[in-house]
Amino acid sequence: MTEPLLQLDKVSASYGSIQALKSVSITVNQGEIVTLIGANGAGKSTLLMTIFGQPRASSGRILLAGQDISQIPIHQISSLGLAQAPEGRRIFARMTVEENLLMGTIAIGDAYLKQDKDKVFALFPRLKERRKQSAGTLSGGEQQMLAIGRALMSRPRLLLLDEPSLGLAPLIVKQIFAILKEIAKEGATIFLVEQNAHHALNLADRGYVLANGEVRLSGTGQELLANKQVQHAYLGG
Amino acid sequence: MLDVDADFSTKQTILDAILAALIAWLFFLPITGVLLDGYAVQSAWHQPFVLALIVFYARCLIAIIVHTDLGKRLFVGKGHYAGVEVVDKTNAHWHWLLVIVAIGFVFPFFSSKYWLTVAILALIYVLLGLGLNVVVGLAGLLDLGFVAFYAVGAYSYALGSEYLGLGFWTALPFAAVLAASFGAILGFPVLRMHGDYLAIVTLGFGEIIRLILNNWTAFTGGPNGASAPLPTLFGLEFSRRAKQGGTPFHDYFGLDYSTIYRYILIYLVLFLVVCVMTMVVVRLRQMPIGRAWEALREDETACRSLGINHVVVKLSAFSMGAMVGGLAGVFFAAYQGFINPSSFTFFESALILAIVVLGGLGSVVGVIIAAVVLTILPELLREFSDYRVLIFGMSMVLMMIWRPRGLLPQRRQAFRRT
Ligand SMILES: Nc1ncnc2c1ncn2[C@@H]1O[C@H](COP(=O)(O)OP(=O)(O)OP(=O)(O)O)[C@@H](O)[C@H]1O
Ligand SMILES: [Mg+2]
Repeated sequence: MTEPLLQLDKVSASYGSIQALKSVSITVNQGEIVTLIGANGAGKSTLLMTIFGQPRASSGRILLAGQDISQIPIHQISSLGLAQAPEGRRIFARMTVEENLLMGTIAIGDAYLKQDKDKVFALFPRLKERRKQSAGTLSGGEQQMLAIGRALMSRPRLLLLDEPSLGLAPLIVKQIFAILKEIAKEGATIFLVEQNAHHALNLADRGYVLANGEVRLSGTGQELLANKQVQHAYLGG
Repeated sequence: MLDVDADFSTKQTILDAILAALIAWLFFLPITGVLLDGYAVQSAWHQPFVLALIVFYARCLIAIIVHTDLGKRLFVGKGHYAGVEVVDKTNAHWHWLLVIVAIGFVFPFFSSKYWLTVAILALIYVLLGLGLNVVVGLAGLLDLGFVAFYAVGAYSYALGSEYLGLGFWTALPFAAVLAASFGAILGFPVLRMHGDYLAIVTLGFGEIIRLILNNWTAFTGGPNGASAPLPTLFGLEFSRRAKQGGTPFHDYFGLDYSTIYRYILIYLVLFLVVCVMTMVVVRLRQMPIGRAWEALREDETACRSLGINHVVVKLSAFSMGAMVGGLAGVFFAAYQGFINPSSFTFFESALILAIVVLGGLGSVVGVIIAAVVLTILPELLREFSDYRVLIFGMSMVLMMIWRPRGLLPQRRQAFRRT
């Protein structure tokens, strides 16, 4: 079997005395869409941010294509081919849409700037209309599109998304998931953190269920959708 | 005309007015409520009440006026919405810029000595404003001790000439480098700090520098200060008799001696430096480092995940700002001919910050205008010297009501590489 693109090997992390991740192991293979679901406070966002060294893993290894990235300087992580649309979007509110996209290219330089910007605008025509608007004045959904677009600008091998559906109208959620599918079809690997378990599991090849900082269940998207516990806890069934 | 709009709320207005009156009452109580009668103290309790009542009605009136059509047009400037304006590159008023620069260069040859010195002070504050604008306006690092770099610049000229024999021209780069290093020195310990904490630490830093200058008498001259030599021009000196081994300027050109020549020289060099620094700051904003400063202001976590080295970016903002502040210090020392620590108090930091906030955080043109206004205004108010600070303060409060985001809110330069 080929080496996984991302592998978390017994990773723990804590905020002071609160242990948010307890020996979590997760694998994401090249070309897959993997989703992580779990209740509020389960540690999903922490897991994503730990991959980016904020907070650092207190034990365990984080392997990107075999290389341990758990100790390298935080600002160098993105240049290894990781990008994220973080929880709360974290766009640069007082900069324009285009400047936000430009900031996404820091890891790789602006050689593909025009090309990639056009690609993002093709995925999200709304952003093109509002390219010169300051990002803070975008609607919530548009801001989410911008966060995803900004992450795509660094041509990541692995795209990490934290609850892209948060606070969005069902129609927009559908659109965003359709776009994720499109991005995946072009060969990107996606790791998706979601509350919206139904959508996420339908989209994903595989999934993990996180509870209290530990992995409780894992399996293919369809297996998890059919799982009684998952249905009860996350699908309202 | 007095039709108020739908946003007007009577209850809110009255609450606001009561609050304002209460504050006014507390404020005036110790000032006008107590009368000294020889050695005795009399209470004049009715006075603060009257004043508070006036404030109450005035506050109601303001609330009503800003909700009428006329008032909205008059007082509620463009600055009220939260967004950021976007300008197209084509809107830049090129020719006007050239005219202003040209006027700036010929100004000293037509000006009286008094106005020339005022203009020099104004330009020094423009420089200080530009420097602090990088730190506070662009990088979003609230620095309350900016005067420290101003002092470092001024003292590196005065002490540099005393101990190292530096002249004005060598002092400029020397002070710039020294101040920039002080910027980095301040930057390191505050890398992890934000907002209020950062403000307190920088405030302390400013005071520490001033106290060192004040107390290290053997090196800095302490409260007695240090003298700075007059600048020279290609070996020509501007004093009545040559002191630094050159020829006096007026002798060389066969002119009568006048102190105005030295001010003209300082003004011209200073004006040039201001022009260059303005250009540099404007350019930097469109370059990766400038964008990184702004991005860091918006969201540090996101910046780091995207690959920005926040240490480098923060230190460069501090150093860049400090460097500009240091340059201003050299001009200040050259202009005064003598400096002492009392020129570098917290009041100075506050004034520079006021310039940046009043001009519009991050806006270069706004900061320049604010600096000029804030230096010329006190000069115009000399007649009313007793009320100067009061009028100054009131006009600032009014300004912030009229344009809450500063004179000229920062505009976004439209994206260039499309
Ligand atoms: N900066 C922090 N300091 C201290 N505790 C934190 C911090 N961030 C998160 N936590 C705690 O860590 C735990 C996991 O939080 P995390 O944000 O990872 O949850 P989550 O699974 O993303 O939840 P949600 O679905 O609500 O976003 C929570 O108990 C939270 O209170
Ligand atoms: Mg979360």
